[in-house]
Amino acid sequence: MSNRLVNILVPIISIIIGLAVGAIVMLVSGYDPVAGYSALWQGIFGDAYSIGNSIRQITPYILAGLAVAFAFRTGLFNIGVEGQLLMGWLAAAWVGTAFELPRLIHLPLALLAAAAAGAFWAFLVGYLKAQFNVHEVISSIMLNYTALFVTNSIIKNITDGGFKTETVPPSATLRWQWLRDITDNSSMHLGIIVALAMVLVMWFILEKTTRGYELKSVGFNQNAAEYAGMSVKKNIILAMTISGVFAGLAGAMEALGTYQNASIKAGFSGIGFDGIAVALLGANTPLGVLFGAALFGSLKYGALNMPNASGIPEEIVSIIIALIILLVASGYVIRVFLEKMSKKKEAK
Amino acid sequence: MTFLEVLYFIVPAAILYATPLIFTGIGAVFSERAGVIALGVEGLMVIGAFVGVYVNLEYFDVFGENVYWLALFAAAIAGMIFSLIMAVAAVTFRADQTVTGVAINMLALAVTVFSVKMLYNKGQTDMIAAPITRFDVPVLSDIPFIGPLLFQNVYIVSIIALAVAIAAWFVIYKTPFGLRLRAVGEHPLAADTMGINVGRMRYIGVMISGFLAGIGGAVIAHTVSSDFSASTISGQGFIAIAAMIFGKWHPLGTLGAALFFGLAQTLSIGGNTIPYIQDIPQVFLQILPYVLTIFALAGFIGKAVGPKAGGQPYIKGKR
Repeated sequence: MSNRLVNILVPIISIIIGLAVGAIVMLVSGYDPVAGYSALWQGIFGDAYSIGNSIRQITPYILAGLAVAFAFRTGLFNIGVEGQLLMGWLAAAWVGTAFELPRLIHLPLALLAAAAAGAFWAFLVGYLKAQFNVHEVISSIMLNYTALFVTNSIIKNITDGGFKTETVPPSATLRWQWLRDITDNSSMHLGIIVALAMVLVMWFILEKTTRGYELKSVGFNQNAAEYAGMSVKKNIILAMTISGVFAGLAGAMEALGTYQNASIKAGFSGIGFDGIAVALLGANTPLGVLFGAALFGSLKYGALNMPNASGIPEEIVSIIIALIILLVASGYVIRVFLEKMSKKKEAK
Repeated sequence: MTFLEVLYFIVPAAILYATPLIFTGIGAVFSERAGVIALGVEGLMVIGAFVGVYVNLEYFDVFGENVYWLALFAAAIAGMIFSLIMAVAAVTFRADQTVTGVAINMLALAVTVFSVKMLYNKGQTDMIAAPITRFDVPVLSDIPFIGPLLFQNVYIVSIIALAVAIAAWFVIYKTPFGLRLRAVGEHPLAADTMGINVGRMRYIGVMISGFLAGIGGAVIAHTVSSDFSASTISGQGFIAIAAMIFGKWHPLGTLGAALFFGLAQTLSIGGNTIPYIQDIPQVFLQILPYVLTIFALAGFIGKAVGPKAGGQPYIKGKR
C-alpha cells in the first residue's frame, strides 16, 4: 500500500471510528444515535441559515488550523493559538471601534491590527525559544492564560468597567448584507474569503518561496539547516510570528464578523485548541486544513441543533472530536494494522 | 484590617488554594519524571471533580457527613483509569504526548459535561451536602501566632497534600522504584539495558499522576466550588504544571511553588479587601504564576530543565 494512500486512510479511518464510538456512547447513554446524527446533519445542512452559520463557524477554524499547521511544518508546536487569537480579537475590536475611517481603509486596518497583535504574542514565544531555549509548548500555554487575563483587563479599562466593547461600525465590519440575505439572515460574513486567501498564502510561503524552504528545513533538521548556513534562531522566530498572524486573523473573524465586539471571557473560546485538531486531521497541509476545518467547524455548529431536535447534549460532538484527535495521533497503530492487512492480501 | 488580621486571612486561604495544586503538581512530577508530558492533568482534574461530586451527591444518604472520603477515593480511581487512555496512546501507541494531552483535556470536559446533562438534565450539578469542612488542629492551634496562622480552620486534605509531597520526595529520591522512574525519563535506552521495563514504569508514572490529579480535582469541587460545572476546573491543572516546572520537577520544589501560586491566587481573588494589595491591579496577580514560570524557564530565576527524554516515545532498538 502506497505511503500516500496510508496518509489519507489514517484520518478517514479515525473519523469513522470516532463517529462509531460516538454512536455507541449515545446508545449506552440511552439516546437514539440515528436521531442524534440526523439532528446533527440537519443542524449543518438543514436549511440555508444553517449552512451560512456552519460556514461562519468554519472560518476561524481554517485560520486557527493554519496557524497550528504552519508551526508544525516548521518543527514547532503552537499550542498558544488560543492566546494569540484573543489578542487579535481585542486588537480588531479596538481598531474597529476607536477610529472613524472609510471602509476601504478601516476594515483592512482592523484586520492588520489583529494580525499584528497575534504575531506579537507568538513572536514572544519564538523569541523565548530562540534566545533562551524555553520550550514553546510551555511558554505558549502560560501566555494563553496571560492573554486571557490581560485582554479581560484591557476591555474592562477601555469600557470603564463594562464587559464588552461597542459594536464595530459598518465601516469595519466583515458582515455583508448580501451574504446574509442568501443565507436567510445567518451570521455568515466575508471572513471566509480572508480565510481561503490565507490557505493560498500558507501554500505559497511554504512551497514557492526560499524563505518557506528554509523554514521547513529548520523544522526537519536543525543541525543540517544550521550547517547549510541558515539561521535557526531567526527562522524559529519568523515561523512563530507567521503562525501568530494566522491566529490573530482568526480572532479578527470573531471580532469583526461573528460577534462584532470583544467581550470579557470567563474561559477560552476553544477555537485555538480545536485548531490543533484541524491541523492534525489535515496532516498540516493547507488543503488538509481546509477539509479538517470544514469537518470540525460544521460538526461544532451542527451539534447545537442536537439538544433541541433529539435531546442529546451537544458535548457528544466534542467527545467525537477528541476521540478523532486521539486516533489520528495514535496513527502508528492504524498504519501497522493497514500494513498487516495489505500483507495478508499479498500473501493470498 | 491590621497586619496580623491580614496574615490570618491570607495564609489559610493560600494553603486552601494551593492544596489541589500540590496534589496535581506532584502527580505531574511522577508522569514527567517517567518521560511522559503531563499536559493531560487538567482533564484528569475535571474527571476527579466530576466523579467526586457525583459520589458525594449519590451516596450522601448512605454515608452521611463522611461521604467525602469515599468521593475523594472514587475520584482518584477514576482519574487513574482515565489516565490509562493517555498511557495507552502515549506509551503503547507512540502518539505525540502534547497532542494526546490536549485531546485528554477535551475528552474529559466533554465526557463530564455530557454526563452531567444526561444525569441531571441541566448544565451543572446540585450543591453537595457534605463538603470538606475546616477544623482546628488540637493543641497546635493554641500556639500564639503560629496557631491561628497555620493550625486553625485547616482542611484535612491540606495536611494530606503535605504528606503526599514528602512521601513523593522519599519515593522518587530514596527508593529503587524512584531511581528507575527517573532513569526511564532521563535515558530510557540505558534503563532498558539495565533490565528496567520502560513501558511499565511509564504506565505507572502516568497512573500515579491520574490518581493524584483526580484527588486534586475533587478537592477543588469539595472546598471551593461545592458543585460541578464546565468551569469548576478552569486552568488549575495548567497552574499545577507551572508549579511543577517552577519547582524544577522536584516534589518539594513543586510543593513550595504550589504554595506560592496559591498565595498569588488568593491575592488576585481576595486582594481587593487587603491594604496595599488592593492598589495592585488584579491582572498582575492573575498573570503572576504564568509569567514567573516563563521567567523560570528562561533562566532568570535559576534555570529549570526537564527530564531529558520527556515527550519522546521509547522505541526498542532505535538509537
